[in-house]
Amino acid sequence: MAQKINFKDTDMQVVIGWVLRIGVIVSISIVFFGGIIFLYRHGHEIADHKKFVGIPDFIQTPSGIIDNIIALRGQAIIQFGIILLIATPILRVIFSAIGFVLEKDRLYVFISLLVLLIIFISTISGHVG
Amino acid sequence: MSVIIFTLIILIGSYFAGLLGSLTGLGGGFVIIPLLTLGLHVDIHYAIGASLVSVIATSSGSAAAYVKEGITNMRLGMFLEIATTAGAMTGAIVAVYIPTHYIAILLGVILIFSAIMSLKKKAEQIVKEPNKWALKLKLNSSYPTAQGTVNYSVSKVGGGFVMMIFAGILSGLLGIGSGALKVLAMDTIMRIPFKVSTTTSNFMIGVTAAASAVVYLQRGYIDPGISMPVVIGVLIGALSGSKILVHTQSSRWLRWVFAIVVTFLASQMIYNGIIGRI
Repeated sequence: MAQKINFKDTDMQVVIGWVLRIGVIVSISIVFFGGIIFLYRHGHEIADHKKFVGIPDFIQTPSGIIDNIIALRGQAIIQFGIILLIATPILRVIFSAIGFVLEKDRLYVFISLLVLLIIFISTISGHVG
Repeated sequence: MSVIIFTLIILIGSYFAGLLGSLTGLGGGFVIIPLLTLGLHVDIHYAIGASLVSVIATSSGSAAAYVKEGITNMRLGMFLEIATTAGAMTGAIVAVYIPTHYIAILLGVILIFSAIMSLKKKAEQIVKEPNKWALKLKLNSSYPTAQGTVNYSVSKVGGGFVMMIFAGILSGLLGIGSGALKVLAMDTIMRIPFKVSTTTSNFMIGVTAAASAVVYLQRGYIDPGISMPVVIGVLIGALSGSKILVHTQSSRWLRWVFAIVVTFLASQMIYNGIIGRI
């Protein structure tokens, strides 16, 4: 084995541990911040979720979320935090793939990419359906 | 009910759900769906979305700690994630076509099953006979114990893989982590040491839930007003649970309490599903 790159499973464990930790802390902080704004603006309205009507239009699209984060609308900020949270384990798979590339473990580079592909197809299918 | 009261009730309920979930090892989002649907009359679609988000938060948060300890078998996790993510995607897509009262009944059944599973005594098992597929896929590994590093082999790779597809489908369909099924697949079929199967299952839950969350996100199941208190409450609850766990050794009675609570909620889900109220 080459001595130059000495990237091992233990290194990958440390990196992945940090990816997950930072992902959760950052996304939950954003959700919390958005939650305070949301409660400040809508706290005294009546909560009604008895019927499924989807989510408000203004947070349905990525561009809508971005526009409304800038406008400091709580629900858009919360939704952004939740999307980051969902992205955290996916980011972990991307980092694993990079780790396996560094370890020159072709089989597991392939397996990691396959998992990413499935998640990608899932994203597309949600868009179509 | 005003939004602020609604948020506070969910926050407190989710805190205790996360606390009990982490103390018993059943996972955080577990009682969230019954709490929201039966307690607060929230539509089950929103409840599934919020539960799924909280599952990702607790799984990622605790996986961060476990991975560093070197107990998690990352290759095994990655390999089985092919099965769980494919299953979760299928479950999330199919969920749209299944009437909600069937989903409520199925959820109740799975909850009872998981509660029973959590009561089972766990004996540590170490298998050493090599398995052809486990060797090819480099799944055999070792983990640190008080007595030093222990090597183990993985059995019945194919059977475990199929079981994981099933666990993935249920996770995508019901918005739960289906940790109990994942541990069952790894414990009884693949015969992995209990500590490894628990941490590896937890490691996989986040990605599995993410694979169906991307579908639910676009379908409008994930409502920010409901998900916000759920995810914050469950995560803080799970965190305090993990702090308590270090200090108390016997959590046996707690498991019983939780199993009874879960069974009660589950039968309510099944009852309401059968009479068509959900």
